[in-house]
Amino acid sequence: MAEVKDIIKEGNLVYKKSKVLTDKIMHYCPGCSHGVVHKILAEVIEELNIQEDTIGVSPVGCSVLAYNYLHIDWQQAAHGRAPAVATAVARLLPNKRVFAYQGDGDLASIGTAEIIHACNRGENIVVIFINNGIYGMTGGQMAPTTLEGMPTSTSPYGRDIAMTGHPLKITELIAQLPAVNFVTRQAVHTPAAVRKCKKALQKAFENIGEKKGTQFIEVVSTCNSGWKLSPVKSNEWMVENMFPVYPMGDIKG
Amino acid sequence: MAEYKLMKGNEVIAEAAIRCGCDGYFGYPITPQSEIMETLMLRKPWEETGMVVLQAESEVAAINMVYGGAACGKKVMTSSSSPGISLKQEGITYIAGAELPCLIVNVVRGGPGLGTIQPAQSDYFQSVKGGGHGDYHLIVLAPASVQEMNDFVELGFNLAFKYRNPVLILSDGVIGQMMEKVQLSEIKPRWTDAEIEKISGTWATTGKKSNRDYHVITSLELDSLRQEKFNHKLIEKYKVIKENEVRFETFQCDDADYVLVAYGSSSRICQKAVEIARAKGVKVGLLRPITLYPFPTKKINEMCSKAKGFLSVEMSAGQMVEDVRLAVNGKVPVEHFGRLGGVVTTPNEVVKALDELIKKGK
Repeated sequence: MAEVKDIIKEGNLVYKKSKVLTDKIMHYCPGCSHGVVHKILAEVIEELNIQEDTIGVSPVGCSVLAYNYLHIDWQQAAHGRAPAVATAVARLLPNKRVFAYQGDGDLASIGTAEIIHACNRGENIVVIFINNGIYGMTGGQMAPTTLEGMPTSTSPYGRDIAMTGHPLKITELIAQLPAVNFVTRQAVHTPAAVRKCKKALQKAFENIGEKKGTQFIEVVSTCNSGWKLSPVKSNEWMVENMFPVYPMGDIKG
Repeated sequence: MAEYKLMKGNEVIAEAAIRCGCDGYFGYPITPQSEIMETLMLRKPWEETGMVVLQAESEVAAINMVYGGAACGKKVMTSSSSPGISLKQEGITYIAGAELPCLIVNVVRGGPGLGTIQPAQSDYFQSVKGGGHGDYHLIVLAPASVQEMNDFVELGFNLAFKYRNPVLILSDGVIGQMMEKVQLSEIKPRWTDAEIEKISGTWATTGKKSNRDYHVITSLELDSLRQEKFNHKLIEKYKVIKENEVRFETFQCDDADYVLVAYGSSSRICQKAVEIARAKGVKVGLLRPITLYPFPTKKINEMCSKAKGFLSVEMSAGQMVEDVRLAVNGKVPVEHFGRLGGVVTTPNEVVKALDELIKKGK
């Protein structure tokens, strides 16, 4: 049998951590989608060789600390305001690649005006929209994207649409805006989905390099802590319940 | 050669911004300051200097654009009037917390609420005491003429970058709307990337260079001991600002028994009131704070050795008067006079209020 030291060599390498990822231990819960999205984002930045040209805008929510994990310049925006912040960065530094990373409460509730108008102006930015149907960091409250009947800490008997409205399909709304160049909905629950999502990210970052305007990537995600499910069960629950409401695939571009 | 023009206060803010090499203006229309963005849009500085001018979807978005631009080390600004400035407070506290330099202009109108569109000075507390949540201060400049509207744009940016702190020009509907002769500033080019690197290279997010660690602009600190340390850092910064940046002007104060304290348009009215009162034999002077934060506390305290009383004249229900009282510290009487709700005080009303103060002292 071969010795381990004989196996660990350059020619046998099948996976390498991106050098754009820092060495800090992620604070995300095991099973959370953020970590996977961060990883493929770092890989895309490394593979496109745009580490020095990329400026990220992090939101409020669990991914407020995204700046701890990617070796790029970051700005941390107020709740919902990342698209406005990114607008100014992209306009004042037009040769940089600017992205806003937002959750569903951030983007589709408190920041609805900012995202709609940044997209309507066709700002040359990538928007990464993590939709797990819940406010994760504050302890699992109802989000604008929470499914009908889905229990959360502020809808303990399940979301009542008569009282709180319908799950907001903001990605479909944004796809209607003429200045938006690319809109897609992805997930990262299987290796195949991760690869597809990474391809979408790569396309988006290439597109802003060519100044094609707003790139919008929704990633339907899990929040197993907030959903009170195991990581595996969360993935199953997402496929069964989230995907019918938020179907996978490209919507525009 | 010096260039003179007859201009509105609001218009000259726009002109001065272009001339001092401002990189970006982000605004939202509101009376009585809309001429600032209108002038910029007419002038098209993006063709001349490359300056970005954008009408945002809201005041909230505009101030967050300022946050994003300032975080890149750029000279960026916004302007609004009272209700709009209230909306900007969230962004302003984030900017103060992230220690970003920027310029904010408030052309004040009467409140509370939607209030009036006429001039007032009722945003003093909001301007000098913080405005948003958390412990912070803006550097607050109070122009009293169209010329100072011009001059304080460049001064404001200089102070903002010197201290990495937001600077507020606290104007009002009178100064914003009135026309006066103004000597325009010299035209200065916008900073190059190399200059920005030299000025703000230790913190600005301009894209991570291979020779440095990555930069993060944030106001978040989850560790309360570290947050407290940061709060103390801010306190130290404000201390240095208080020691070095107090600006004021005195008018006929040398032999004054009584002192009017007034800023902005009220100080112009008070100059006339001083003339009228002196013609009647009352020895009165005027102290005009130019910086409202830092406030000329020391100067007012020194004046107590000679002055028998102070009258704070402001178009508010009495806000600056509290800072005058703190400075006087009970040594002599301090009263307030001012019209409210967008009504501009007349010089004779000030003289009458002064007479009452004198009578009270006897």
